Amino acid sequence: MPWLRKLVGAALVLGGVGAVAGWVLSAPVRLDAATVAQLGPGDAAKGKRIFYAGGCTSCHARPGAKGEVRLELAGGLELKTPFGTFVPPNISQDAKDGIGAWSEEDFANAMLRGVSPAGEHFYPAFPYASYARMKPSDVADLYAFMKTLPAVAGKAPDHKLAFPFNIRRGIGLWKRLYLNPEQVIAVADGAPDKVAAGRYLVEGPGHCGECHTPRDLAGGTRKSEWLAGATAAEGSGIVPNITAGEGGIGEWSEGDIANYLETGFTPDFDSVGGAMVDVQKNMAELTADDRAAIAAYLKAVPPHPNGYPARKKPAS
Amino acid sequence: MRKLVLAISMLAIAGSAAFADPIKDRQALMKERGKLAGQLSKVVKGEEAFDAAAVLTALQALQANGEKWDTEKFFPAGSDKGDTTAAPKIWEDTAGFNAAEDKFLADVKAAVAAPPADVDALKAQLNTIGGDCGTCHQNYRIKKG
Repeated sequence: MPWLRKLVGAALVLGGVGAVAGWVLSAPVRLDAATVAQLGPGDAAKGKRIFYAGGCTSCHARPGAKGEVRLELAGGLELKTPFGTFVPPNISQDAKDGIGAWSEEDFANAMLRGVSPAGEHFYPAFPYASYARMKPSDVADLYAFMKTLPAVAGKAPDHKLAFPFNIRRGIGLWKRLYLNPEQVIAVADGAPDKVAAGRYLVEGPGHCGECHTPRDLAGGTRKSEWLAGATAAEGSGIVPNITAGEGGIGEWSEGDIANYLETGFTPDFDSVGGAMVDVQKNMAELTADDRAAIAAYLKAVPPHPNGYPARKKPAS
Repeated sequence: MRKLVLAISMLAIAGSAAFADPIKDRQALMKERGKLAGQLSKVVKGEEAFDAAAVLTALQALQANGEKWDTEKFFPAGSDKGDTTAAPKIWEDTAGFNAAEDKFLADVKAAVAAPPADVDALKAQLNTIGGDCGTCHQNYRIKKG
């Protein structure tokens, strides 16, 4: 049956072309030389601000760490998501178990491209889709600051993911869809400078959109519902809408937002809760100007209704 | 500041009304607690003038609120079901839950025992107390839509 042979042959060729294309398209892409040249020598003092804006400790400190111990970035927290369990690795200065042996360029490739020194993709649970919007000089400053933090021995366990999410190479295709260094929201002409400053902190290092924006089926953030709140990746709760849309924080003034980030008190007499508790502790380390900038940006973001389904009221 | 005192007395009256439903009961207690902390927060933010006597009254009310706490009464077995944001962890780790509440009450008592003389002193105390709110809400409450 020659037609069958032809069909099988065509399928094999098509499959082969698809596999080759997939392999090429999914390849890790490192930073170009021009971007690497922009890194420059980092300034550790400035990097401390980026460290707290980025909230590295929230995921990379040991689970439950408080106070100074939060600077020991041994990893080990378990993030139980629908894709499987992600375990943030040791990013302390330990040369063997952490990132002590990484060059500045290695670090920048991880932060801005999600590529490891060995040339593999990192999972986007590490929020490089946001960090990709950072200035190379800020990444260099962060690198310099992290050099001042302690080395902690001990590898964190591997991620526990089910097929197909356990195939790292596939992340290359995900990156083609979602890794984009452009800012998300356009700042209106004539808006005060602090709006753009806040946009940088929120969309870049602060990576607020990673939890506060709903995701599509492939796990990318929906830019059309930016910061509208989302079903939490972990557990059964929600992450609040932080736009001025219905269900959001339209009633909060800029001062209310800045105060919340500093003290953890909401204007409606509640306190910070859930995963935001650690985030707020980091925000409290920023300057009042940085918190005011974040507040100004959040007030300028387009309003959306809640990005999560309405709560089912239990029958009483 | 008179408004503050008035608000506290009204809350105290509202708080004394008896509820049969533990979920509503504990929510009322938390609402009162939040309002009291919120009043103090207004002073720290500079929205209200610092008045040592009124601040102490609010702190004492916060202590009275904390002393009403009774985990078995407010969080009986089975009250994880219903219109509640209480996390299952309350019943899985009741000891940790109680310890978080105990720390809150101890910090409030410490503030009452050494009443703040100025805004900065109040700010430091409220920062500690607010941290206690967060510790409990981090682990024992699940935000729902």
